[in-house]
Amino acid sequence: MSECPNRKELFHHINEVSFAVDDIKLYLDTHPCDDEALECFEEYSQLRNEALKEYAKHFGPLTVDTAVCSEADKWNWIQDPWPWQEGGC
Amino acid sequence: MWLYEKRLQYPVKISETNPKLAQVIISQFGGPDGELAASMRYLSQRYTMPYNEVTGILTDIGTEELAHMEIVCAIVHQLTRDLTPEQLKASGFDKYYVDHTLALWPQAASGAPWTATYFQSKGDPITDLHENMAAEQKARTTYDNILRLTNDPEICDPIRFLRQREIVHYQRFGESLRIVQEHLDSKNFYAINPEFDVRQDCGC
Repeated sequence: MSECPNRKELFHHINEVSFAVDDIKLYLDTHPCDDEALECFEEYSQLRNEALKEYAKHFGPLTVDTAVCSEADKWNWIQDPWPWQEGGC
Repeated sequence: MWLYEKRLQYPVKISETNPKLAQVIISQFGGPDGELAASMRYLSQRYTMPYNEVTGILTDIGTEELAHMEIVCAIVHQLTRDLTPEQLKASGFDKYYVDHTLALWPQAASGAPWTATYFQSKGDPITDLHENMAAEQKARTTYDNILRLTNDPEICDPIRFLRQREIVHYQRFGESLRIVQEHLDSKNFYAINPEFDVRQDCGC
């Protein structure tokens, strides 16, 4: 079992790497043969997927694809605050 | 197909109620240069776009605009969620409240309801991309106008993020226009409309 990470820090990390993915994705749409951008996309996409799984495991899922990663005995997609609610971010 | 992700693209945490500012910022939800119109514009235009790069950009920016709509709604919600009847009357938010209580509803700052006439889907890639580039600049100006009305860092911070994205999207649409023009007759870009005059048979 890995040690429980800091929730706020992990969430912030997910926001950062996800933003990199969002931004590089748009750049790649108009520059599909840019090797440096492709490498960059792969790196951040991997970091994002790992972090989403890690977050789901300890704090509940942010995506439906990681809902199975959490160790809850009930459906916890609806448990945590929604993003626009206080404490949700 | 879309999947929901349970987080905002940029975090919003506002502690102080401010109904006057909420009435202005709601324009970026349902106003003429708001995020709802932006998303519907790009997601409507993409079906007849013949170039893969540009179809990708319309899909991905149209999707990001939905996330921006959620950020704007989160700002408006957090600026109004603790309103008291006294604050409602004093701020002029009572006119919105009487019809919607504290729920979100897409309207301009003036109170005009959201309408599909805020955007065009013309079916000509040069025309639509010029519309999109103008739309990004109009939204950027709206965010600049909002930033002149407040110094509250909790509000300015996400608004600055949204403003910055308008500039990035403008850049990507400019590149899309170049890609479209590279496919056309360099002596006369208007000789044909590739969304109508040259239609490929998909064979299915």
